[in-house]
Amino acid sequence: MTTNMKAKIRKIATFVEETQREMDRPISPPTRRAAAVAVIENPYAGKYAEDLSELMAIGEELGELLTARAVAALGILGPSAESYGKAAAVGENGELEHAAAILHPKLGTPVRRVLGKGAALIPSSKKRGGMGVVLDIPLGHKDAAFVRSHFDGMEVRMNDAPRANEIMVAIAVTDSGRPLARVGGLTKEQIKGEDGLH
Amino acid sequence: MPEVVVRKKVICVEEIFHEGGPVAEIPLRRAAAVAVIRNPFAGAYVANIEWFMDDLKPLGLEMARKLVEALGGDAEVVEGYGKGAIVGSAGEVEHGALWHVPGGYAMREVLGGAKAIVASTKKVGGPGARLDVPITHINASYVRSHFDAMEIGVNDAPRADEILLALVMTTGARVHARVGGLKASEIKGDDGLR
Repeated sequence: MTTNMKAKIRKIATFVEETQREMDRPISPPTRRAAAVAVIENPYAGKYAEDLSELMAIGEELGELLTARAVAALGILGPSAESYGKAAAVGENGELEHAAAILHPKLGTPVRRVLGKGAALIPSSKKRGGMGVVLDIPLGHKDAAFVRSHFDGMEVRMNDAPRANEIMVAIAVTDSGRPLARVGGLTKEQIKGEDGLH
Repeated sequence: MPEVVVRKKVICVEEIFHEGGPVAEIPLRRAAAVAVIRNPFAGAYVANIEWFMDDLKPLGLEMARKLVEALGGDAEVVEGYGKGAIVGSAGEVEHGALWHVPGGYAMREVLGGAKAIVASTKKVGGPGARLDVPITHINASYVRSHFDAMEIGVNDAPRADEILLALVMTTGARVHARVGGLKASEIKGDDGLR
């Protein structure tokens, strides 16, 4: 996988969480979410570069790879995914703009291709940090951002990443909303799915 | 027999291509299965806790099978293993020790009779506590290339009255192992050590 790719990947990790009970109430079916995380070399570490197009191309690659991994980890087909989110942590020799170059220009299109749809904005977060830094990946419904039951977040971390010259890139996908969601708002049954909001 | 009450399960798989050296032809994979369960002994000293080990056996087996599945489904690829537990604040470290027998039994069962003792660690900790689960070769503890560890943890576990249980399996040596010692190819496999 590493040979033909622009990204120099050191490591890929997937995390799957399944919540079966909350406050001693059974969750049926259990809520499930997955994150796929790649640790890559930062081609711009240690220097200022005006043109960040290499990272944008890497974002496009990782959008496909990580979404496919997350969906596979859940054992579902892309269109069955309900919510999604993305995040990146830049090692200390990089800048926040490097995370932006990966996440925002080109990553979204392949994510939506793998999932079949995705009318809503993909919620995101980014930071700079050292090894073991925690990424809280925001989650929102993939077709209607206002679905209240699906506002959520998933924490991921890796003890050995990102090194100073690395970037950690994460995509999270779920097949469900929060466990025991009960604060009202737009429900997934009411989605129109046209404007990405409702 | 009280059932084991599971709140949450987590599977984590790492695929390691390199660590600054040559890219591995076959990447090293490490997987962890975590279950967050209710601690039936939380909040008080209970003298007789040993019976709970039997209750944990089916969960151990399920976690070991999930790990093999996460590593591609073939138990033959598994070369290293380890286990661990984090006990929430209303419990004691002895409750974590309940995992030794069912956790080890489960992995041996699923891996078809691995010989080495399963490396382990445990502690008492709060939600988000991290545990470095030690890893050794499944048939010979002294295989130096396979000494490893995998950090695990779940941000919202263990709560005070919970126990977080972990099993870990790997598919090979550290990605750039080169500090000598007993090699996997030299294992005699009689005593579980060499």
